[in-house]
Amino acid sequence: MIPEELKYSKEHEWVKIDGDIATVGITDYAQGELGDIVFIELPAVGSKVEFMKPFGTIEAVKAVSDLFSPISGEVTEINTALEDDAGIINSSPYGDGWIIKVKISDPSEINKLLDPDGYKNLIDQD
Amino acid sequence: MYDKLLIELSRPGHTGFSLPELPEYYGGAESILPSSCLRKSELDLPELSEPEVVRHFIALSVKNHHIDKGIYPLGSCTMKYNPKVNDVIASLPGFSSAHPHSPADCVQGTLELMYDMQNILAAISGMDSITLQPAAGASGEFTALLMMKAYHKKQNRKNIIIPDSAHGTNPASVALAGYNMVKLPSNNKGLIDTEKLASVCDKDTAGFMLTNPNTLGLFENDIEKIATIVHESGGLLYMDGANLNALLGLVRPGDMGFDIVHFNLHKTLSTPHGGGGPGGGALGVKSFLEPFLPIPVVSRKSGKTEKYTYFLDFNRPDSIGKVHGFYGNVAIAIMAYAFIRQLGPEGLKNIAKTAIINANYLKENLKEDYILPYDSPCMHEFVLSGDKQLEHGVKTSAIAKRILDFGIHAPTVYFPLIVHEALMIEPTESESKQSLDYFISVMKQIAREAKENPEIVNSAPTNTPVGKLDEAKASKNLDVCWKSKVYK
Repeated sequence: MIPEELKYSKEHEWVKIDGDIATVGITDYAQGELGDIVFIELPAVGSKVEFMKPFGTIEAVKAVSDLFSPISGEVTEINTALEDDAGIINSSPYGDGWIIKVKISDPSEINKLLDPDGYKNLIDQD
Repeated sequence: MYDKLLIELSRPGHTGFSLPELPEYYGGAESILPSSCLRKSELDLPELSEPEVVRHFIALSVKNHHIDKGIYPLGSCTMKYNPKVNDVIASLPGFSSAHPHSPADCVQGTLELMYDMQNILAAISGMDSITLQPAAGASGEFTALLMMKAYHKKQNRKNIIIPDSAHGTNPASVALAGYNMVKLPSNNKGLIDTEKLASVCDKDTAGFMLTNPNTLGLFENDIEKIATIVHESGGLLYMDGANLNALLGLVRPGDMGFDIVHFNLHKTLSTPHGGGGPGGGALGVKSFLEPFLPIPVVSRKSGKTEKYTYFLDFNRPDSIGKVHGFYGNVAIAIMAYAFIRQLGPEGLKNIAKTAIINANYLKENLKEDYILPYDSPCMHEFVLSGDKQLEHGVKTSAIAKRILDFGIHAPTVYFPLIVHEALMIEPTESESKQSLDYFISVMKQIAREAKENPEIVNSAPTNTPVGKLDEAKASKNLDVCWKSKVYK
């Protein structure tokens, strides 16, 4: 499942652009590979995230992984519901399982992200 | 399946002891104890007789899986059989009753054993000096990194290089010791890419942590070249000794060019582990690192009446200090010592040979049924991929759970990370051909089921004390203790 309207990173995050705000989550493929997600460590609202730098960690039953920010900017909102139940990401990776919202500081980075076809090619190679 | 709590078994009046009544001349408990010490309510404890308690715990114990009960091919963990005589020797009163504060002249026997053990481990590893102090493998790694720091002193070397096939504890130890980690990708054979290594080794390199054989169970053939590259940059070469079982008596880390190596006494030298410890993470170093060893070092001098007197040497100004209370987990070192002395040099060599043969026997028999991503002769373990089974909707985690139905512990899964859907299998030397053949037949049956009837695998386990568990819940709801009605 790779929604057409989103952009993707090589580290399996998705981005939805809405004006100067980017909503970030992990893809359906990523949640499937991780398996049952147990915890997520989120950045503070107001903190800065950088393009393809870790902004948090996600812990699943079988492994812990870094979360990479697909865009630079300031965190405007975090999905606090995940702190109680990170499993939402498994059930709704593109919906209720969104992770952070970022005020975009460098819109040119959007062009560095993968389109749905590019992301499909990436996971087919995996 | 037995599933009771002691409190559920409790019946009024059942008891496992008999205490005399308080003699009348005391005038009742109130007259000899302050009122603050007197209970205001009944004790909320289960009431059971001794045989009821014994049967309860025996019934619980048989639900567990352990090496004394069946195969335990948990890759990277070396779950070998622990000869019971090791425990007998470590329990001798001279050892087990010694207080850690005893003066050295009261525990000469224990010190002599520790001193001999240091020499034995030095001989096995080709190192010059040994400390028995670190608590286990990762503690040994951390100790080694602190020693590297002490060695490099004012040179500002901040990087430790780690291959992507390393044990997970290596990066954690690096972070804890305050170093930066430089990750080195393996080549397509699953081995160290010496050109890439040369490109990342520079004046910032404090050391290179290498597991040999690596986590794919492959021996690093270029080890001498690797040692040269690291040493030419001024860095130190550290061997994670987690996989030492494959080398015992055959190859010595010291001869391969390593400067430091840790032993997992609890794995390689057969002391019970897997239940959270205690372990033994002895560390061996070349002589130029000897001044930095943790204090105290067990040493000896000529004695007045005996030939030697053993003592704890604290007077070591360059030491990194202590890394464990007292002298480390001494009982573990005693068990490992007993194991080594029973086997002798030839016996140790046979351990490594048998472990290698057993792993290769399993690998060759399973590589048609499962994908073998790195198809070369392995050492004591090997890694399969469950990708063929995944095509039928069966994940490696499901295969692991199905294995439990046959009275076998699951292999290590999803590690190392460089193999997709990894199954890491280490039979150890303990298993007979018959038990290896049983494991092969089980693995072949599961591969068949995955193809023909995946639901059987995906609904497993069904033959265990509990079935499929909610793993996320198991990681989140940690407090599962029964709570007393009184002590809340």
